[in-house]
Amino acid sequence: MSTTAHTASGADRLRANDPEPSTPVGGGMRKVGGVAGWVDDRTGAAKGVGYLMKKVFPDHWSFMLGEVAMYSMIICLLTGAFLTFWFVPSAGQVVYDGSYLPLKGVTMSEAYRSTLDISFDIRGGLIIRQIHHWAALLFIVAINVHMMRVFFTGAFRKPRELNWVLGAQLSMLALVEGFAGYSLPDDLLSGTGLRAAEGFMRSVPVVGSYLSYFVFNGPFPGESIIPRLYAVHVLLLPAILVGLFTVHIVLVALQKHTQYPGPGRTNDNVVGFPVMPVYAAKAGGFFFIVFGVVALMSALVTINPIWAYGPYDPSPVTAGSQPDWYMGFADGALRLLPGFLEFTAFGFTFSFNVMIGAILLIPVMYGLITLYPFLEEWVTGDKREHHLLDRPRNNPTRTGIGMAGIAAYCVLMFAAGNDIMAIKLHLSINDITMMLRALFFVLPPVVFWITKRICLSLQRRDRDLVLHGRETGRIIRTAEGRFYEQHEPLDPYTRWNMVQHEQHRPLELESGVDENGVAAPNARSQRLRAKVSQFYFKDRVEPVSPAELEAAHHDGHHVEAIEHQEPGGAPLVEVASSPSTDNADATESDRQGH
Amino acid sequence: MNEHGTEHGGQVAQPGPEGFGREAVRLDQGHIVGTGGLPERFDNPGFPPHIPRAADLDERAAKRAEKQVATLFGLSMLGTLVFIVAYFAIPMENRVFIPGIGLANLSNVVLGVSLAFGLLGIGIGAVHWAKTLMPDEEMVEERHPLRSSDEARGGFVKTVLTGGTEAQLDRRPLIKYSLGGALGLFALPVVLQVAGSLGPLPKDELSKTMWKKGDRLVRDPELTPVKATDVTIGSVFHILPESIKDSEHVLEDKAKAAVLLMRLEPEAIKVAKERDWGHDGIVAYSKICTHVGCPVGLYEQQTHHLLCPCHQSTFDVTQDCKVIFGPAKRPLPQLKITVDAEGYLVADAPFREAVGPSFWERG
Repeated sequence: MSTTAHTASGADRLRANDPEPSTPVGGGMRKVGGVAGWVDDRTGAAKGVGYLMKKVFPDHWSFMLGEVAMYSMIICLLTGAFLTFWFVPSAGQVVYDGSYLPLKGVTMSEAYRSTLDISFDIRGGLIIRQIHHWAALLFIVAINVHMMRVFFTGAFRKPRELNWVLGAQLSMLALVEGFAGYSLPDDLLSGTGLRAAEGFMRSVPVVGSYLSYFVFNGPFPGESIIPRLYAVHVLLLPAILVGLFTVHIVLVALQKHTQYPGPGRTNDNVVGFPVMPVYAAKAGGFFFIVFGVVALMSALVTINPIWAYGPYDPSPVTAGSQPDWYMGFADGALRLLPGFLEFTAFGFTFSFNVMIGAILLIPVMYGLITLYPFLEEWVTGDKREHHLLDRPRNNPTRTGIGMAGIAAYCVLMFAAGNDIMAIKLHLSINDITMMLRALFFVLPPVVFWITKRICLSLQRRDRDLVLHGRETGRIIRTAEGRFYEQHEPLDPYTRWNMVQHEQHRPLELESGVDENGVAAPNARSQRLRAKVSQFYFKDRVEPVSPAELEAAHHDGHHVEAIEHQEPGGAPLVEVASSPSTDNADATESDRQGH
Repeated sequence: MNEHGTEHGGQVAQPGPEGFGREAVRLDQGHIVGTGGLPERFDNPGFPPHIPRAADLDERAAKRAEKQVATLFGLSMLGTLVFIVAYFAIPMENRVFIPGIGLANLSNVVLGVSLAFGLLGIGIGAVHWAKTLMPDEEMVEERHPLRSSDEARGGFVKTVLTGGTEAQLDRRPLIKYSLGGALGLFALPVVLQVAGSLGPLPKDELSKTMWKKGDRLVRDPELTPVKATDVTIGSVFHILPESIKDSEHVLEDKAKAAVLLMRLEPEAIKVAKERDWGHDGIVAYSKICTHVGCPVGLYEQQTHHLLCPCHQSTFDVTQDCKVIFGPAKRPLPQLKITVDAEGYLVADAPFREAVGPSFWERG
């Protein structure tokens, strides 16, 4: 900012003409300092890069999910660049004369021929193609699972709402990017997918047929869709994806990573390891691991064997036509939507049987996902910054909502395999479809309820553990023949994980009228808010307070009677005064000793 | 947090002087009146004691870890070398049987596995290095509120507002509104160019196919004409119009004109129109699904059901291809057929309605 007196701070010392630091340095230090000095003289980057290298990131396996997404995207970019050297994005018809004998002499598009050439005639081409496809599938899996992690731990709360919104858009664009990619080879399966996509576009009211003609540059299939999809797949969407991803990751660095609650971790600190050297090795190494696993899969498991499908022709089709997995839910929705949703009115056709699943589903789904943080913020009225993650059990309603959404998604995805299920399980496809239609409405509420109950039970178990301690499995018999199990109190570090969270209380509805009895302008929305707040937080389990723990200890519940107490409650006084209890105390202090 | 007297703050509750257990209580319900000088919430206990790893304590363990890491890096080099050799040495067409996987392309398998070794060696080696030898004592970085200071915020607002004032935006509404208009309009040419030039207008093309009266039905893909006597009961033919031979846009025409030809016992046909438009139990229906346009490729001979493999719409051929299950709404359009003088099947009329998926102006 302003020119200040020249002090020899760490960054400045890297400059070539600066005096040598007083501490003796090794040759390596001088070498790094020399190169860094040259760059820093021209960029002044030492300070910023040095800061980034010292940056601390918290450690947890679930934080690697986003990394998997990032690395598989990089693998896709690398292998994709390779593929562009040989792939010919043209629908021009040629006769195949390559080394794959079953297709010799068959008329096909140049796109399909060049994909065959990559698979059979270009050395190592197949492995690159397979890595590209597997990495793309992994990319979308990783994005989705990463999103679930962020959702269930409440990492989307202030100040990270913006990054959640960006992430949701990234996830949606990844679907489109994937679809554009697997449509390019122009094989029978992907061509059938494009055929269906053309049908989807037609279902848009008023402009449907125009949309179809604009996208395909005339009647389906035409010769334009392959080069157009190619431009979208290799240029337009990757640019947007990489751009949004960059903002996404810069925001993570700027806001600092969230961390799971634990001893020593607070909302005001980040506890973890620095980039240099730990994360440079761990995260850098992890890139190679992800790449290696994808390469292994590509070597051993064939994905998208386009040579087996044949070139696209609008007339033939194969049974078991399924899209790549991430389009499964949309395809499944199309299979479940009943035909009566199409009707004719005023001389125009309304094809809601197609439009709901093919045009509306994805934007509506991602719209809801995008808006969720703002809904929760409105319900809780919580405007504080949150850097400590929630354990999913500590927010049962949110966890339940998330699981219900996943259940609905899974029903749709299974529906995309209704024909396969019917064949493999020897069931009627009609029964399966009817069943899935019902499940789409029934399953999410059931899953919500079960999840919420499980969360509440887990919280009660936490309370129980804190109050009673851990069951040691040691059975102790008292002098008068009573049995009880020795319990071991939790150490304060383990206990902290179970008592650190705060529970939201449902918002109370204020009277909604001011002192003159005039209804507040937002009375209606406040009433709604109080209702939703009740829905969220009515059932809650408060964490154990020190007073409760004190009470538990006071009442001798570090031991637990195995036999039921007689009616009227035989007091445990005798137990406490018996010699065996002293014994137990002795072991307890032993344990604390080490 | 710790409002209620700090003398007990965060300590593990100790048994009272009177010992444990004076009375039995329900533990899930607090029963002590008042907080007894205890804080409302537990205090963060701070970091647990650090547990050193084997390699921190024992130089031999550290040496072992070093060797393991170096071995993994060595494996990586080996994998890369195998890749390079295999790239040149293995012919592309060689196949190999791998138990559990089946017949596979040898070049692909060796290249992929050696590449994986090259990558995994580096990756696992680096992670192992970090986990065994690099510092594992957690570090703490403080967070600071993200928001700028109030002065900085005020300064920002002031800069924007003064900028506006200095540009005389408030005093010269003419500039303000004309600029708004210009900025609002300038994107239109770009949008118009793209939207206007992407493709032609559909006109009535979606409603028409190349079928016309007298067009012979030919087999797909052989393009040989079909005699009525060739079509035995229970058989099904994939059909195209003979005029497809002269088409300049074969795929586009095929995508609309593909037809399925089936022969049923005439008494099995329940709809009079279907019987009239066919020939002696031979009926021709559009093969393009009325749902989203996949070819309706699966014919069940016994039940006379047609099934679309994409979304499982099921059409009953005995009932004029009415939808009996699945997401499609409309029946498949029927092509009226007859036989010509030589006994070949021909179209007696074009399709009466648009084939394929629905669209707005279809009616």
